[in-house]
Amino acid sequence: MNINYTPEELAFRDDVRAFLDQALPADIAAKVKGFRHLTKEDHQRWQQILCKQGWYATHWPEEYGGVKWTPVQKHIWDEESCHYGVPRSVPFGVNMVAPVIIKFGNEEQKQTYLPRILSGEDWWCQGYSEPGAGSDLASLKTRAVREGDHYVVNGQKTWTTLGQYANMIFCLVRTNTEVKAQEGISFLLIDMNTPGITVRPIITLDGEHEVNEVFFQDVKVPVENRVGEEDKGWTYAKFLLTYERTGLAGIGLSKAALSHLKHLASRCIKNGHPLIEDTSFSQRIAKVEIDLTAATISNLRIIAAVEGGGMPGAESSMLKVKGTEIRQAINDLARRAIGPYAIPLVEEELNLDYEGEFLSDENAAPLSAQYFNNRKLSIFGGSNEIQKNIVSKMILGL
Amino acid sequence: MDFQLNEEQQMLQDTVARLVRGEYSFEKRLTFSETEAGFSVDFWKQLSDLGLTAVSFPEELGGFGGGGVEIQSVMTELGRGLCLEPYLQSVVFGGGLINQAGNDSQKEAWLSGIASGELQAAVALQEPQSFYDLNDVQTRAEKKDGGFVLNGHKAVVIGGHCAELIVVSARTSGDARDANGISLFALNPDTAGIERRVYPTIDGSKGCDITLRNVQVGANALLGEEGGASEIIEYQAGRAIAALCAEAVGVMDVANELTLDYLKQRKQFGVPIGKFQVLQHRMVDMMSELEQARSMSILAASVADEEQSNERRRVLSAAKNVIGRSGQFISEQGIQSHGGIGMTWEYNFAHYAKRLIMINHQLGDDDFHLERYAFLLQAS
Ligand SMILES: Cc1cc2nc3c(=O)[nH]c(=O)nc-3n(C[C@H](O)[C@H](O)[C@H](O)COP(=O)(O)OP(=O)(O)OC[C@H]3O[C@@H](n4cnc5c(N)ncnc54)[C@H](O)[C@@H]3O)c2cc1C
Repeated sequence: MNINYTPEELAFRDDVRAFLDQALPADIAAKVKGFRHLTKEDHQRWQQILCKQGWYATHWPEEYGGVKWTPVQKHIWDEESCHYGVPRSVPFGVNMVAPVIIKFGNEEQKQTYLPRILSGEDWWCQGYSEPGAGSDLASLKTRAVREGDHYVVNGQKTWTTLGQYANMIFCLVRTNTEVKAQEGISFLLIDMNTPGITVRPIITLDGEHEVNEVFFQDVKVPVENRVGEEDKGWTYAKFLLTYERTGLAGIGLSKAALSHLKHLASRCIKNGHPLIEDTSFSQRIAKVEIDLTAATISNLRIIAAVEGGGMPGAESSMLKVKGTEIRQAINDLARRAIGPYAIPLVEEELNLDYEGEFLSDENAAPLSAQYFNNRKLSIFGGSNEIQKNIVSKMILGL
Repeated sequence: MDFQLNEEQQMLQDTVARLVRGEYSFEKRLTFSETEAGFSVDFWKQLSDLGLTAVSFPEELGGFGGGGVEIQSVMTELGRGLCLEPYLQSVVFGGGLINQAGNDSQKEAWLSGIASGELQAAVALQEPQSFYDLNDVQTRAEKKDGGFVLNGHKAVVIGGHCAELIVVSARTSGDARDANGISLFALNPDTAGIERRVYPTIDGSKGCDITLRNVQVGANALLGEEGGASEIIEYQAGRAIAALCAEAVGVMDVANELTLDYLKQRKQFGVPIGKFQVLQHRMVDMMSELEQARSMSILAASVADEEQSNERRRVLSAAKNVIGRSGQFISEQGIQSHGGIGMTWEYNFAHYAKRLIMINHQLGDDDFHLERYAFLLQAS
């Protein structure tokens, strides 16, 4: 056993660091590290830089413009980029629909969509969930009826993250009502500018517009926009979910959030001393750091198994639960650290260009909102209850 | 032993409950929250017309001489409606400080107005560095021309943005965190040198930070003995903690009702999600957290107006600790049990969830009160 990086992996890490030192725009990194919102333009600017380096599509084969990294290299990239304050790639195009198209799409779809994902010309969103179909995704009702060389789509999707920026949506739709729920679903690629599509914002409890409802009324979608076979969409959807789940543990993000928390606690004052010197608070930080250390190693064990040719299985479900609990615990502590200042909602300070006086700590403004917003971590990508159902069935045989 | 409210107390609680049900729908609350005051001026007037803002004041000031239990009855119902009115700040805390510290002419000048709802008071005791320690006062009051000059910064004054009277703590002697040397002043916020930075709060109210720059006040602004306010502040903060606990119980009551309803209604996999045992057990835990909280709120109310003692201090810290923990549990697990819908602005649950978390940031969170409780244990 040797749980350290190999010399090659260390050299790779140096390359990553050298690249980020030189290429990551300071304003974008500052936003990420201060938990400020990124604009569409910020995302796109960074994507261009990554693409030029050839490091944008880390899950794609090289022939389509991907980069051939081992699982450990991907992990190193993830850790370093979180540490540096690299924006999380909006995953729906590059990390979700693209792998499905690469694996199940036809040549024309690959030629059409993959370059547009790389160039940033298309912004994708994910149309899986519906008001009646959350955890029980297979019960989805959005209907697609074949009429000649088109499908006519009617129904509603919901919780569509960043759908307000998107021009493309990949949807699970029902093409057959006669068979078992899972067997009548197809996977469609839909242009959001098609007549009959309406996007309505859903405002979350922190006052943010991050998710949307998408309504479809007699929307005509060319048959060639279907990926793979009709009624086989569930297989493709499940394939995609395994991509979604890896990475949902957010170990790198937790590390970045923890270091942010420690800085914060060294600036906040309690009893005339930095909060980090307070016994009970520092023990709370210590506990979450210890949990994170364990989760980091668990994550590496899964990565090593994948590198050895295994498949990430239900273990990644376990890690998703732990990882999200840890991130939520860090957010809880950050909110606690600012004491009474958790209460004000100082919107102007969320803007990075803010030049006025800060109400309290310069990084306090987003903390409560972020705590509330990140309650989503245990709900989406398969709720933590659903993950535990998977573990108890697949690993424990219960 | 009798845990029932007496007839008058029950009537009081029913009155508030009826008023809240009639006037404080979720939709209306959202519009109240967006007004300049951040609450309903009409509803405030209705509360006072019914004598509810006078409940806790002595009869000679037009009050009913009510105590902790009466305040509990009012606050729990205001909590159920997620009401934004400054009852805690003005009536319970601000009024309480003036009632305990003020001389006859000060009480006459301000208390009848507070009791009648015409004068809105706020309490400015915290500072940027104070965390939850109300003895951590760096704002200074220096004697000058028979009065005082105040300089300093007061933090997170809920309701302070539109209050007409602000009770401020300032140091007239002693070092940063000494209990001795703290004095209370009643300030008119229009006095020269007072600047308010107003903001909404994450749970739908409004508040402000206050900068005091060479604020000159007369001797009649001083409430109580110079340098001797610490005990009064601690005592009245205790009453406010009991009131806040009662509010939290009302908030949790509704939060749990909403979650339970949802478990019965929402179907996934062909059954109501309440059929899943993991959610059943969680709902049971949420209910028992609420009952723990309710018990502590009752206990807190029963000591709120008792003479100060270590026993009273312990009970109040214990209550606030329990409320902080149970509130967070019910908030987080309630959101989780709802799934995505629990996170949306349009659905009332999320607003209950936010209020519960923010109650933990008022007058000391569960960690703060755990520490205080442990300290009192060692001291006894
Ligand atoms: C911020 C946010 C962003 C999102 N972005 C997207 C997106 O871009 N695209 C998209 O398609 N979807 C998205 N989602 C939707 C997300 O995937 C769903 O919220 C999730 O699948 C849960 O579904 P639900 O909200 O309907 O909750 P429900 O499925 O109704 O669940 C409610 C509760 O019941 C529990 N439960 C359900 N079934 C069981 C069971 N069998 N056993 C035990 N417990 C159970 C759940 O764990 C949960 O606690 C997003 C959600 C959020 C909150």
